[in-house]
Amino acid sequence: MRILLILAVLAATVPPALAHEEKSEHLTISHPWTRATAPTQKTGVVYMEISANASKPDRLIGAFSPDAEITQIHGMQQDGDILRMRTVEAVEIPAEGKAELKPGGTHIMLIGLKAPLFEETVIPLTLTFERAGKVQIEAVVEAPAARAASSPGQEKSGMHSGHGR
Amino acid sequence: MNRKLPIIVVTLVVAVFAFGAWLNLRVVEPPENAAVGGLVVNVNIGGDFALTDHKGERVTQKRFLGKYALIYFGYTFCPDVCPTELGEMALAIDELGAEGDAVTPVMISIDPVRDTPEVLSEYVPLFHERLVGLTGTYAEIKDVAEKYRVFYHRVDDPNYTYYLMDHTSFVYLLDPAGKVASMFRYGTPPEEMAEAIRQHMRVRDNG
Repeated sequence: MRILLILAVLAATVPPALAHEEKSEHLTISHPWTRATAPTQKTGVVYMEISANASKPDRLIGAFSPDAEITQIHGMQQDGDILRMRTVEAVEIPAEGKAELKPGGTHIMLIGLKAPLFEETVIPLTLTFERAGKVQIEAVVEAPAARAASSPGQEKSGMHSGHGR
Repeated sequence: MNRKLPIIVVTLVVAVFAFGAWLNLRVVEPPENAAVGGLVVNVNIGGDFALTDHKGERVTQKRFLGKYALIYFGYTFCPDVCPTELGEMALAIDELGAEGDAVTPVMISIDPVRDTPEVLSEYVPLFHERLVGLTGTYAEIKDVAEKYRVFYHRVDDPNYTYYLMDHTSFVYLLDPAGKVASMFRYGTPPEEMAEAIRQHMRVRDNG
């Protein structure tokens, strides 16, 4: 599992296409993960942490997965105790900062899954950034009710720090 | 475009009424001397229902009497909040250890059009082996949602055929008599939920 996570980080930092090489050195995408689904479940969700390494900010403006009919970026608005999930235009990645896509917050929603997502497999995604361009990643499929990407000694909130080592 | 106007007006009126009804639900934080955890419910909330479970059997509240129940209103098309909350419920029950056997986890769908018993039967075991999925006709769901003061509202995307649901995301704790003993807000840590359930169990055993 750890290898997959590292691969995911590598996939983000060392993109396959030459054209992206120069640009994506500005971004690190850590722990892209998703949840396993039932055969009757038609939606999936992808979470990750996106850090801007450089002093310039970036914006996530698009996402695509060949495993779903529609891929959207969603934000969560909490209106009192009512939760409203809506598409958002972009996710801001502040300069030398990060954007966290996590349960109950901003996430990538997969609609019309072509096949169920099985635990311990990966699904490919292409993210489009305003500055860094297209970045290909693989999200690890975790348990159906996972709260965070699985990695040693990391179970609760406060996750996602100190990775990529 | 103009043909859509009446629909928009009706939707707005429904939304305003729903919100008005929602405001009537007043939950208060427990007073300092409260013996038990979770939100204290000071309005008459809950009640009987007639629904269909994920095995296709008709059920009423009677099925759950004699045990505690943790009830969540959600829908299977929801990829983010619902699996998160169902996962927390399952963790809370696990956290209770042997005492957890006295708690039945239940999910009631607020999206009966898509959540047939068959759809639920594939979904519920993902979260807990004893999780009971309930669905019903539109009217049956409306009835139980009103009794529990659940707000839910269908949101269509003009560009696609699918839709999302806005909804409140409380977890309700029912005591063995079927009364709502407490409510937990979205994001309540499972340990906190388990501790509150344990307190309710103790108060009940001693009372």
